[in-house]
Amino acid sequence: MPGSAQVLPKMYRTRMSTYWWLGRWPYLKFILRELSSVFVAWFVIMTLLQIDALRRGPADYMEFQEWLRNPVVIALNIISFFFVIFHAVTWFNLAPKAMAIRAGGKRVPAVLIAGPNYIAWVAISAAVAWLLLRG
Amino acid sequence: MSKRSNEPFLWLLFSAGGVVAAMLIPIQLFLFGLAFPLGWLDGPGYQSLLELVRHPLTRLYLFALCTLSLFHFAHRFRYTLYDGLQIKHLNELINTFCYGGAILGTAVTAYLLWIIP
Amino acid sequence: MADTITLEVTRYHPGRDKEPGLQTYGVPLRKEWVILDALNYVKDRLDGSLTFRWSCRMGVCGSCGMMVNGEPKLTCATFLSDYAPGPVRVEPMKNFPILRDLVVDPSDFLVKLTKSKPWLIRKEERPLAEGEYLQTPEQLDTYKQFSMCINCMLCYAACPVYGLDPLFSGPAAIALAQRYNMDSRDQGADERMDILSQHDGIWGCTFVGDCTEVCPKNVDPAGAIQQYKLTATREWVKSFLMPWQGK
Repeated sequence: MPGSAQVLPKMYRTRMSTYWWLGRWPYLKFILRELSSVFVAWFVIMTLLQIDALRRGPADYMEFQEWLRNPVVIALNIISFFFVIFHAVTWFNLAPKAMAIRAGGKRVPAVLIAGPNYIAWVAISAAVAWLLLRG
Repeated sequence: MSKRSNEPFLWLLFSAGGVVAAMLIPIQLFLFGLAFPLGWLDGPGYQSLLELVRHPLTRLYLFALCTLSLFHFAHRFRYTLYDGLQIKHLNELINTFCYGGAILGTAVTAYLLWIIP
Repeated sequence: MADTITLEVTRYHPGRDKEPGLQTYGVPLRKEWVILDALNYVKDRLDGSLTFRWSCRMGVCGSCGMMVNGEPKLTCATFLSDYAPGPVRVEPMKNFPILRDLVVDPSDFLVKLTKSKPWLIRKEERPLAEGEYLQTPEQLDTYKQFSMCINCMLCYAACPVYGLDPLFSGPAAIALAQRYNMDSRDQGADERMDILSQHDGIWGCTFVGDCTEVCPKNVDPAGAIQQYKLTATREWVKSFLMPWQGK
């Protein structure tokens, strides 16, 4: 197919700015959603450090608990908490888009896919909390 | 099918990690990162936590949580670097950093969970 | 309501201008006018050299897509009064080369559209005498949403991945591939998968989701791409677990 490039060589080509994701709210939301992965990685690192402290013995574990009380770590964890919540909510809300489940000749509505995700989220969170808080 | 790529495999790990991270990380981050250190709630003591982590099922749980979350991170962060900073030409370096990091993290996780007394 | 509104319109004359610039026009602000009416007012009354594409004025032909205040819109379906008191900025669709003023070059999209084979593929055609390929309303419903695409390319203008990587197949081309994949009369899913499971195909998408937001026909290309990824992954797992079933 002869593109118009051959006929009209003077087309103006735009280039995307490096800061394109600041330009529109949906783009900013997207980049924040993607950046939540960094905080997921941070959580894993913290968990691994905790397991390491745990296996070294009570003294190391105490020291690690002390480190967790450091204001910088607390601040980082507050930010991380909001990002992982953002990840969870966007993940559950987007899941129905990727899953075209059909029943009775119709596509299952999005709420019926996202809903069980949220219910499972609450149930699992409660189970984890119970396991850690039962004393 | 011609020219099989490994993208489906990476996407599978990304998705599995996304589900695991969404379901499990918020509550654990809240408890261990905020509620226990700030004294809002009383966390488990050293002995009971060690007992819990020692259990084979907990080890399996922690292994799945950590490794899948890391591969989720690797995949997402790779594309964030591609798109957000327009540095796709550093492809190899980014892939090595992201997936290499996830593989390294998997090895560390396995090692730590293995040597718990 | 003020009786006029200011339009800021991109002007670009190939060969004369080095780069596009904005020109402002005052146009009547009428309640029943869409952006396209305002552009036609400029062309008819103020400046006959303003160049833009349009045809049906009723959201069917898909040729009047432009950026209105930075958002991809069909200008025939976007009311001027929603932007009062103005000014309203009208620019050519993002991510495409500009030919002149508000007109972009769609060649790249057309090449990609052809690549995803958006037509019925049969392994062997049935003789005419055997009649039509029948389809139930349920079967129609599985792909109907994706078939509403009018090739207006707004989704390409919204897609940052396409803007960053011109090799990416893009939303509409993949959604239309999916439209035929899900058609009970079609047998071309494998052929399309070979093309679209490449890195430039479905895997380039990072699910920004803006294509779906801007689509004037509710096609949901973002959903189509994620569903395609799911299918491709399922196929991959199948061929991994049961390599002897390979094609």
